[in-house]
Amino acid sequence: MKNKILIILLVFFLSFCFFVLFKSLESSGIYVPEKTENRELTEFVSKDLFSKKKITSSEIFQGSDYYILNIWATWCAPCRKEHPQLMELSKNSSIKLIGLNYRDDSKKAKKFLNKLGNPFSVNITDQNGTISIELGGYGIPETFLINKDKKIIKTFIGNLNNESVRQINLIVK
Amino acid sequence: MKLLKIFFVLIVILNFFSIAFAEKNDQLTNKISKNLRCLICQGQSIYDSQSDFAVSMKVLINKKIEQGLNEKEIYEFLKDKYGEWIVYDTAFNKNTFILWGLPVLLFFLGGAIIFKKLVFRKV
Amino acid sequence: MLANHIGYYSLVMGLATSILIFLLSLKSYKFKIIDKRIFSISFLQLFFVLISFTSLVICFVISDFSNETVFNNSHTNKPIFYKISGTWGNHEGSLLLWLLVLTLFLFLFLITSKKESKRYRILTLIFQQVIIIGFFLFVLVTSNPFNYLFPEPIEGLGLNPILQDPALAIHPPILYVGYVGSSLIFSATLAAVIENYISKDWAKNIKIWVLVSWIFLTIGIMVGSIWAYYELGWGGFWFWDPVENVSLMPWLCLTALLHCLLVLEKRELLKSWTIILSIATFTLSMCGTFLVRSGILNSVHTFANDPSRGIFILCFLFFLIIISLIIFFLFNKEKQKDYKKIYFFSKEVSILVNNWFLMYFLSVVLIGTLYPIFLEVLIDHKISVGPPFYNKLIIPFLIFFLIFMSLGPNLKWIRETNIKHKFQLIIFFFISLLISFLIYKKIGQTNLINTVLVSASLYLFIVTIRDFFSKELYNFSKKISHFGFSLLILSILLNGILSSEVIMNLKVGEKFTFKNEKIFFKSLENNKKENYQSIVGYFTVEDNKKNISQFKPELRIYDQPLVITSEADIKTTLFKDKFLVMNTIKGNEYFNVRYQIKPFMIWIWISTLLLAIGGCLNLYNRLYEK
Repeated sequence: MKNKILIILLVFFLSFCFFVLFKSLESSGIYVPEKTENRELTEFVSKDLFSKKKITSSEIFQGSDYYILNIWATWCAPCRKEHPQLMELSKNSSIKLIGLNYRDDSKKAKKFLNKLGNPFSVNITDQNGTISIELGGYGIPETFLINKDKKIIKTFIGNLNNESVRQINLIVK
Repeated sequence: MKLLKIFFVLIVILNFFSIAFAEKNDQLTNKISKNLRCLICQGQSIYDSQSDFAVSMKVLINKKIEQGLNEKEIYEFLKDKYGEWIVYDTAFNKNTFILWGLPVLLFFLGGAIIFKKLVFRKV
Repeated sequence: MLANHIGYYSLVMGLATSILIFLLSLKSYKFKIIDKRIFSISFLQLFFVLISFTSLVICFVISDFSNETVFNNSHTNKPIFYKISGTWGNHEGSLLLWLLVLTLFLFLFLITSKKESKRYRILTLIFQQVIIIGFFLFVLVTSNPFNYLFPEPIEGLGLNPILQDPALAIHPPILYVGYVGSSLIFSATLAAVIENYISKDWAKNIKIWVLVSWIFLTIGIMVGSIWAYYELGWGGFWFWDPVENVSLMPWLCLTALLHCLLVLEKRELLKSWTIILSIATFTLSMCGTFLVRSGILNSVHTFANDPSRGIFILCFLFFLIIISLIIFFLFNKEKQKDYKKIYFFSKEVSILVNNWFLMYFLSVVLIGTLYPIFLEVLIDHKISVGPPFYNKLIIPFLIFFLIFMSLGPNLKWIRETNIKHKFQLIIFFFISLLISFLIYKKIGQTNLINTVLVSASLYLFIVTIRDFFSKELYNFSKKISHFGFSLLILSILLNGILSSEVIMNLKVGEKFTFKNEKIFFKSLENNKKENYQSIVGYFTVEDNKKNISQFKPELRIYDQPLVITSEADIKTTLFKDKFLVMNTIKGNEYFNVRYQIKPFMIWIWISTLLLAIGGCLNLYNRLYEK
């Protein structure tokens, strides 16, 4: 009798393990960042890229229904790729675009924006990379879609493409 | 003249304090960064890694320590942004009590079975 | 190109042969007449796999990029030694190595087990063939090393330069002998259960295979740790990384199994333990293969892989588990009249206690490795399980384990009556407590748990040394292994407690002082080497006795693929290692310099070697006895 209970328990346990391991194969990825479910933005202080004046996050995130914060740098090749998408997004009046220039030479950054166009209404700089971490960013390029309650509703890791622009436009409607 | 001397001595003392604090802060920064996972590296701690992410993280930790946060608060701050995964030291909460408890439970269970089999053997 | 085809068809022939052997041996078992052809066909099976493996090596050596595996993992600029070792440094090639060891061990088993019962040998063969056929199918269906690329690429994609290291080149083959050796133990155990052959004689014969597996696994793990220490550049040697854990778990099982066989040989007890441990060892090896190759794990070691391979291994693994459990429950009968009297103070019980603790350590490692996977699937929540978890759960129990390990082997078989006369042991215990306390006083730390831990390991150390001076001349292998183990724990502990390090940003010409030593960044040298660009930093370290040593940590910039590695310069003496490594800081003339003083590092390697030597001695004794 005891043996039978043991066997039944074992069968259940093994099936459970098999099921879990099988499912884990489906979702396996080498590196997947944690899903941000409406994470609230914490306050931070930054410097304006052009004027070098101090500016706080509460000053930046006001006056719009949606905000897009894009982490970029002149030394980052994929950032160049997503520039057209950013220019397109800047035409959407319900989104305010903020550019966070990451570990970059501000002169080079200014030149870049002057040459290719500046999609951002606000340009701030993050020389030591700490602001990116305050935002919960992983690397560059990275884009955050934030709503008017200052909640991060979507994160795009890697450069934006047409698909991401489509997703953004869907949400922002 | 005397005022200048006092002023000078004060500055030196203040410097010593700040160096002492800086060292202590450094120690705490090291301790915390050893316990944090570098999220863009494969299997390295923030302390060990030289990636952009890790270097920025170390600066940030220093800043937070200077702002007066203690170790636990800094972990909470980072967990809020990146999830529990970033901290190596596994927390003991409702998600992980099985993780911590199961081996110990098995140990005592195993011990009980062995003990029973030894003491109550039918010869 | 020819080698490519030969390799592939050889594999197919191998599969055909293995199915043939399987069917023939089934027939032999059923009709109780051994088909003599089985032995020669087993050799043929081994021969085909050997040809296949050699063909792959040839493909690598001649840089035949029409072979997809070679294309993915090699490059014409790679030195010849690493071209050869690149054969097994990838998923497909390593599976071919698995097959080679599987078939080799089977063949060796057939020729060395002639004295044992025919039915037992045939059954072992049957089970082993099931495993072999499974692997043949796995290779041919999902991981073919001989995929043909057309048109032939001019150049390969190269191998990760971190993997171009002598230690890492020999690490997989050694480990695989350990893992795969346990397959034979698995098959033989299942066969023995069915044939009711779990006995003294069986234990004596199977012990040789367990020893071989165990020795190779021990050395394999050691080589892996040495590589991590010398190559990965941050001075550690064990990170509780899932892939490391995966090699440790079968090792724990094998160690427990080794001790169970002792009891089985002497008193025909612990039969169920032995059976379960044999099954568990191979199951854990397979489980490890699954975890490492399926892409589930996030680690610096893993092969980049696709989940379909994972599904195959998973199903195969569970298939084997179910079969072994069915056999265990159907055939394992403990007869009532088999019960023997067991006294508390006896060597059998101390081995039982040993197993109890080893199984606890195994469960800690197993649960720590698998739990994050389970949690993520069930509630989509990612947690980290790292060194703090393992240290906290292992250390308290390790203290008791060390004490039991000091006392246990001193007990006699069946019954220990001399308890009152073991004064010496008690005195040693207090001596070790005292020494440990003094050590801690000296370094100015007072941590109760660590003090007790060090004293427990000192105790084991002293007791195992004392054992060398006792009159018994037999069991010398045990004394060496146990001494090696105590030295291992002691050196790991002392190294952990007494190590110190400093991290500084320096540029050329700067110096700093650390613990009575002056470190000076003298100069920088750029060089172009065979397949990388080298930047060497010249440092001098002057200690308080005015002795100067020169350190040359190096940065290597490889171009195929683009990777920067940091090679530490390590000065090793018997008493300590000095470890200097430098890293670039982006866009800066400053370098991030990390200097570590690590006492007793070399004793960690020496003691692991001693562990293995003890095993080799035991093996030699048994083979010689035969």
